[in-house]
Order: sequence, then C-alpha cells, then structure tokens
Amino acid sequence: MCTMIAKQVDIDGSGKGKDGWFEVRQLNVSYDHPYNMPLEHALNVDFVNEAEGPGARVAVELTLEAARRLVQTINEVLAQAEAGGYVEERIKAQG
Amino acid sequence: MYQTNMYEGMSAETVTMQGAKGDKINAYFAKPLGDGPFPGMVVIHHAPGWDEWYRECTRKFAHHGYMAISPNLYFRDGHGTPEDVGAKVRAAGGVADDQVLGDLEGALRFLRSQPNLNGKVGVFGTCSGGRHGFLAACRLKGFNAAVECWGGRVVASKEELTQKQPVAPIDYTKDLSCPLIGLFGNDDKSPSPDQVNKHEEELKKQGKNYEFHRYDGAGHGFFYYDRPAYRQEQAVDGWKKILVFLEKHLKA
Repeated sequence: MCTMIAKQVDIDGSGKGKDGWFEVRQLNVSYDHPYNMPLEHALNVDFVNEAEGPGARVAVELTLEAARRLVQTINEVLAQAEAGGYVEERIKAQG
Repeated sequence: MYQTNMYEGMSAETVTMQGAKGDKINAYFAKPLGDGPFPGMVVIHHAPGWDEWYRECTRKFAHHGYMAISPNLYFRDGHGTPEDVGAKVRAAGGVADDQVLGDLEGALRFLRSQPNLNGKVGVFGTCSGGRHGFLAACRLKGFNAAVECWGGRVVASKEELTQKQPVAPIDYTKDLSCPLIGLFGNDDKSPSPDQVNKHEEELKKQGKNYEFHRYDGAGHGFFYYDRPAYRQEQAVDGWKKILVFLEKHLKA
C-alpha cells in the first residue's frame, strides 16, 4: 500500500528530462510504490520543476542499499571537494 | 454467462463530469452497448495514478455488464503521463479525502443520471482506491455494494493521520451503508493481516454485511499483471468472487 512517506524540498539544479535540460527547483523523496523497479516499495527520488508541469521530472527508483550507497557516496565526494578547496562560495553559503 | 452466439459490444471514452465543489474533471466511462438496464460501477484508481490498468479495469466491468466510470482523482494536479502525475501526487502526500469523496459523489451522480441505469451502483477500488472505496461506502449514500481490495491505512494510528487524511476509515464503520467484499493478501504489509483482523472485528461489532477473502501466497496488489506482485491463481479467484458478489447485489 502507498506508505505516504514523502518529503519535498526546494533545491537549485539542472536535470535532463525527456525534452532536454530543465531547471530543477524541487526534490521529491519518497519511500513508496515505484513505477518500474520490481519491488513493492522503493526509495524514489524525483528532481522536478513544478512550475513546468508534471512532465518536468527526472526520476530514479532505488533499492534501500542503493539509496544508502548514494547518500554515502555524495557525502564522500562533497567532503573530498571541500578538503581540496574546490567548493564554491555559493555552495558554502548555502551550507 | 456469456455464450459464443451472443452479441457483445461496448463504448469507452473520456468524459467530463462534475466533481468536488462543482469542479469539472475528466473520467473514463465504459458501458455495454444496448438498451439495458445496466447496473453501474464507480471505479477508483490506485495511488500510482489514473493509468492503463484502471482503463482496462473499467472496461472489464463494462464487459461484465456494468456502466463503469473511473474519475481522474488527480485531475487538479496537472496533466502529463499517468506516472508523472502520480509521482507529483505521491510527493504531495496523496489527495485530500474530502476532495476524493466529492469526486466519487460526482461519479455516482453521473451514473444515476444515465437513463438506462437499473438503479443500482457499486464502488470498486484497489490500494488507496480500496481505502477510498470503503470510505465512500461509509460516508456517501447511494452505493448498493462496495469492493475493497487491499485498502491500506483503513486502520491507521494517530501518527499516520494527516490533514488530507484526518480520520482512519475504520472509525466510520458504523456508517457503512451497503454490503462489502474485501480481498487481502496475507503477505501484505499494509494492510497487514493484523490490520485486516481489526477491520473485520469492527465490521462484526457493527453488525455489517460483509465477506472477507484472504489469500495465502499473495501480498499487496496481486491483481496487477504488470507488477511482480501478480498472483495468477489468487487473482483469478478474487475476480470470480467479486463478480459473483456484484451480480448478487447489483443485478438481482
């Protein structure tokens, strides 16, 4: 059953959808029914721009293990970038 | 029972109907050809969206002699592929129960305005639609039979209630106004077998007319042939039980 476990946060970024690149303004994360993964529930990540309609979406459906690995890998890469002095002021300012 | 020398035909199309608060929304309407009279079915799509499975399901009811309408409960959330729209609603925590009930009441009115309705209307739903179906059978007047397939969160803790879903449907059991059939998979996590027990206990306590069928070897969504949850044997038996139940309450 739909768990209704979902969070939405505002973000800045770009995503490549079916019609090419678009500005990503929201990140939707849910643990609920996936559309494609052969699982009852998955960790679903949607990069969207609500102002551009439901089709402005880059979708990823992950197993729990994959989702945890993604989080860990992003954190490791960001830490490495920060340690190397590569993090731009704009990113630092946003924390 | 269909015989090979019988005429058969149906029409199926997108229509516009009046939903909650008088909003115009679209719906998929399938009906047998012929004079009737025919019973009606309101077909409530599941959380993943107003998708192909639900169009097929609506036509299935028409094939079995029902005028069936499936309202697009996500109409107000924009248009795109059913998946994209469904993902948007998923992120927003679903649709408010009151809005859904307004749309289902509109679908019921739509069927009751058909000149060749036999006067009886049922409601069917799976997943979140199963929950909505039970809710509709409790809170709306005018249904003659209800089919709840694995409605999750009919039994819900206080922590699971939200502004959009402020009351657990089980709390409306005393208002259930028509016979109910429920289908559940014993491997389902939502509703879990324990939650189905609670649902059944409340129906018994309130003296309601119901039948529950629980399937071993099946989890959530065992009718969906396009998902790994599909269970052929249980699905075939489940559909048989639903059609017998509806024939008894809507065609007699």
